[in-house]
This record gives sequence, structure tokens and C-alpha cells, in this order.
Amino acid sequence: MNLWLIVIGMGFVTFGIRLVPIVLLGRFEIPDLMQRALRFVPPAVLTAIIVPELLYRNDQIDVSLTNVRLLAGLIAIVVAWRTKNALITIGVGMIALWVLQFFIGHG
Amino acid sequence: MLSSRTEFLNGTKAELPILLGVLPFGMIYGVLALQAGLSPALALAMSSIVFAGSAQFIGAQLMAQGAGGLVIIVTTFVVNLRHALYSASVAPFIKQVPLRWKVLLAYLLTDEAYAVVITRFTQSDGSTALNRHWYYFGAGITLWASWQISTAIGIFVGQLIPASWSLDFTLALTFIALVVPNLKDRASVAAAVSAGIMAMFAYTWPYKLGLFAAAITGIVIGMLVEQRRNHSTLPDQQITDN
Repeated sequence: MNLWLIVIGMGFVTFGIRLVPIVLLGRFEIPDLMQRALRFVPPAVLTAIIVPELLYRNDQIDVSLTNVRLLAGLIAIVVAWRTKNALITIGVGMIALWVLQFFIGHG
Repeated sequence: MLSSRTEFLNGTKAELPILLGVLPFGMIYGVLALQAGLSPALALAMSSIVFAGSAQFIGAQLMAQGAGGLVIIVTTFVVNLRHALYSASVAPFIKQVPLRWKVLLAYLLTDEAYAVVITRFTQSDGSTALNRHWYYFGAGITLWASWQISTAIGIFVGQLIPASWSLDFTLALTFIALVVPNLKDRASVAAAVSAGIMAMFAYTWPYKLGLFAAAITGIVIGMLVEQRRNHSTLPDQQITDN
């Protein structure tokens, strides 16, 4: 599918989600089950994207010490957990990646 | 009663502190959208057509991985579903405004605008009721403009950065920074861990369907753990009461 069409589709569903409850209030209530499920959407979806980014290299799982993205990612997880600060996490994670790439190579 | 102009400016001012956090993310989005292979025009257009930070990050990443259009659009829907809650929650406060206003305000409804607007709406007395849509508009348009400008800066900077800098990794780092601090209870940890394990095994499935399988696994496991904890706390309390 054309990338522009995909973006228009993304915009369409996003706008729809934001508009429908504002307009249809009173005729629309979010079911309890969905409300409980929504809380788990961010951790589930984002973790599902993070894990392959860290583990896979060239479509193969790589848990060796030469997988610099995995090592930098683990460092970033610890930093995120301790500082709870997004910009520090991103900064330390990138510096860790560059330092590891310098010593171990891009892989 | 506050004038529409005053309310607009109040909304703008309330949004300013949040911009400190938003501007770097807009720039990071701009940089890595290019790294993901989007054209500058498409990367910029996504910021106004979609106007939803996390969905844009995920969309750019999935496009880079060659995911199918339907998968990307459905993922956007799932990721942005929380906006339906925001929309339902602001609806009673702006039910008197004309439809064209509702359309405009719905377009401007983001996490950051909602946080500021709902705080004001629920705390304010009757004196601010009449022009409160101007407050919402002020907060929303401030965030919108900042997002567009910071995206443009990121795209400009991104074109100057060589791929060997591995700046695409900022995406994974951004997600780590969003997820880890919010794993505050056993159920959300279970959701993240189970989604991660499923993603590891299902990554090579076609059309990125593994992403769905992992997301649904995480959501279901999270809900099950939450439910079990809610059931198990009751007998515990009865024992200590006795």
C-alpha cells in the first residue's frame, strides 16, 4: 500500500476515535472490559516493539555479547527504572551504544 | 466572566511547561522518521494528518520494517484507543458548542492537551464556563504548533546526520523510557513481559502479525493477573480481620 494512503488511514482512525465520543455523548459508553484492557495497551504494544529491536540482528535472534543494541538497551532499561526520566534514558542509551560500537563494532 | 481572548491565552500559558517535554520528542520523531526511510514531506505530513506522538513513532517504525498498511492502521487504532476515554471525559464540558468547534477540538485532543484541559475544567467554577472551549483551543493549538515546528527541525537536522550514528536506536530507547517507569504493579509487568516473550517468538510472522499476537497476549495476561489479585486480596483481608 502507498505510504501516503497508510498515513491518511492512520489520521482517519485517530481523528475518528477523538471525535465520536465528543459528538455522540450520551449514546456512547465505553464498556468496562475495554476500559480495563486499555491500561495494558501501552506496556504490551511498546514492549512487543522493543524486544525484537534488541534481540534480532538480520532476522536472527542474537543474545551474544557482540549484540551492542541488546547491551545498550539493557543499560537504558536500568536507567529508565532508576531515573524515570525519558531524556536521560535516551541520552545514556545512545552514549552506551556509541561506546559499545567503538569497542565491539557495529556487528 | 472571562473573555474568549483571556481564556485562549490562559490555555496557551498552561500548555507551555509541557512543551519542554514535547519539543525534544517532536525533533526525535523528525530525525528517526527519516532514518526509517520516510520522505521529509511524508514525515512532516504525518505530524499534521495523524498528530499523535506514539502512533507516529510506531507507524514510522512499522513502515521501516515493511509492515502491511492494514497492520499499521489497526495498530494506530489500538494505540490511540485511549483518546476515546479522553474524548468521552471532555464531552460534557463542551456539549454546548457548535459542531464545527467539536470537530476542531477533537482534532486537537492529545495526551498533553487533555491533561491541561481536564484539570482546568474539573477545577473551575461557573465564571470560566462560557468560554472554556477557547481555553481548550489555546492549549491544543499551542501543542499543535510546537509539534509541527519541532518535527520540522528534526527533519532538517536528520538530513544532516549519517546513518552510522545509529540514531534509529532512539526509537527503542524512547519506548523503553515510556514503558519502564510505568510498570508500577504486577499486572502491568506481567503484560509487558508476556508481550515481550510472544514478540520474540512471533517476530518473523508475515505482515507484522506477531506484533498483534504479542500485544493481545500482553493485554490478556495483564487483565488475568489483575483479576486474580483482586480476587485473592479479599480472603486475605478476611483472615486478618478475624
